[in-house]
Amino acid sequence: MKCRKCGRKAVINMRQHKLALCAQDFLTWFVKQTERTIHRDALFEQGSNVLVAVSGGKDSLALWHVLQQLGYPCNGLYIGLGIDDGSAYSDRSRACAQQFADQHGMNLKVVDVAASHGATIPEAAQVTRRGAGKPCSVCGLTRRYLMNRAALEGGYDVLVTGHNLDDEAATLMGNTMNWLVGYLESQAPLLPEKPGFVRKAKPFHRFYERETAAYALLRGIDYIQEECPYSADAKSIYYKKVLNQIETDRPGAKQAFYLSFLQARDQIQFTGSGERGPLPDARCSTCGQPTRGGRQCAFCSTWQNVRARNKPLEPGR
Amino acid sequence: MPAKIQYRDQIFDVRSGMTVRAALQKLEISPESVLATRKSELITDDEILQDDDHVRLIPVISGGQR
Repeated sequence: MKCRKCGRKAVINMRQHKLALCAQDFLTWFVKQTERTIHRDALFEQGSNVLVAVSGGKDSLALWHVLQQLGYPCNGLYIGLGIDDGSAYSDRSRACAQQFADQHGMNLKVVDVAASHGATIPEAAQVTRRGAGKPCSVCGLTRRYLMNRAALEGGYDVLVTGHNLDDEAATLMGNTMNWLVGYLESQAPLLPEKPGFVRKAKPFHRFYERETAAYALLRGIDYIQEECPYSADAKSIYYKKVLNQIETDRPGAKQAFYLSFLQARDQIQFTGSGERGPLPDARCSTCGQPTRGGRQCAFCSTWQNVRARNKPLEPGR
Repeated sequence: MPAKIQYRDQIFDVRSGMTVRAALQKLEISPESVLATRKSELITDDEILQDDDHVRLIPVISGGQR
């Protein structure tokens, strides 16, 4: 197969675009498409101060690399979750993120959950009712909260994540299968800033996962290839497999499913129950963030509970 | 001589002369879920497998932390 631009040997065939490209033309195309997405979806302005949520995986490191190429001033943020399971998953993912930052002369801020909050994510999951012993719920809550706080405290204009089209299509499928209207309302490549919440954007939301992986490979980015050990039976991975089966038979089906939803969503009348709805007046009594959850926000309430249950017994008791 | 396809910790023998895509279908691996490499170079899935080829598949599906 030949590159459509130059006729040299192609390294990737993007069937949904009917586009095969050589390594050099693919890398150029990928960066241009990211820039186009940032402008087309009005994600953020040139010169914006960007914080990149970095996991050590292909998507976030590729995103950090591309944004630097495009000239955005950006720093990385890594949240240390303390996921071990015998494979030192968090340690190795952090090493990938740090190595990338060092190689490219970029600044990586690290927030270690165990050091700052007294327990790793798996430990926290064991002592809270949230997620019934499975860490994914506590993990998602904690990462979202800490990333938002780091972005606000650092004075960043926008927090960006490496979510790709496969991530978004899998989320959409899960939300649709269960008709989670609030989540459908808030699923978007851009969540504008509002009091207590930084602007959030997903510049890779139009790329297939194969494309972000190809970019990372061709750039020689050393990323953690294993999935999180707790994601083995995750519904999101199941939905991705189902969508890939459909995509194999009908190239472009995955893209149409997600991008058509973004268009259709503008024609749907939501009631404002999702994240894009009006902010409540209530504030968390601990951190002051706007909350719908009552006296405390879900993060403060969960971690207060974790600390209380992890508190060592006094001698003699 | 068969060609070899490596996927995670497994190595499969497949008949040379077929395309990478046909081999993936035979092995019931979704072509959308992997990138194929030969000698560390990315290749498209219409490449014909040669005798003694060793093609390594890079899984692209992630579901871990972001």
